[in-house]
Amino acid sequence: MSRHLEPLLWMLFSAGGVVSGMLMPVLVLLFGLAFPLGWVDAPTYDAIRALLANPLAALVLFALVVLSLFHWAHRFRHTLYDGLQIKHLNEVIAVVSYGVAIVGSGIAAYLLWQLS
Amino acid sequence: MDQPAVSTPYHPRWLRRRVSTYWWLGKPAYLRFILREGSCMFVGWFTLYLLLLLAAVLEGPLAYELFVAWSATPALLALNVVTLAFVIFHAITFFQAAPQAMVVRLGRTRVPPQAVLLGHYAGWIVVSIVVAFFLLGA
Repeated sequence: MSRHLEPLLWMLFSAGGVVSGMLMPVLVLLFGLAFPLGWVDAPTYDAIRALLANPLAALVLFALVVLSLFHWAHRFRHTLYDGLQIKHLNEVIAVVSYGVAIVGSGIAAYLLWQLS
Repeated sequence: MDQPAVSTPYHPRWLRRRVSTYWWLGKPAYLRFILREGSCMFVGWFTLYLLLLLAAVLEGPLAYELFVAWSATPALLALNVVTLAFVIFHAITFFQAAPQAMVVRLGRTRVPPQAVLLGHYAGWIVVSIVVAFFLLGA
């Protein structure tokens, strides 16, 4: 991985850590447990459509998805490298990890654009 | 574990011992490290979950209903309970590291590290309340 890119990737990792840390616990609690288990009513289809059509909500969600993906990619790559000592595949792992993050960001942009 | 390092003729032996692939099982602190790093897999999983939710909403009311029903299956619920534990662990460990990673200055004085930490926790609480307000009021 290019030395010029590393600081940028670290910034994305770091920003992703903060944004996912702040937003994900409440989102997992609601969408992962509270709504499916019926502790509280899940938003109706029209309500969630209306919420996603709000540019600010869409922007926050887009930032969350993109930064979380890069957070995952960076940490995943380094954990395989340091933790599991898979060093000979370092470049392949980097390309695949960041590649997934880039493709996922594109999908998020497409979905949110269509929903706006 | 303690295999002799690989050496070839005319080449100095490395003064290194091979570290076991499972070195992180050795101490609680090491295990904590790998769990903390491993939390990224759950951040990644939930990001995928959000993308699937968006795709379902885009497809229509029926797909959205099916998504909510799918999320109520035992396997998904179990996965999301573990995910919740890991994203909370991730949030706590990440915010704890924040004062070391960022030095905030106001004018010439450095904002004390505890204030940076408290700021992150305050932000976490406010963000959680705002998100819950919009999703529960919807």
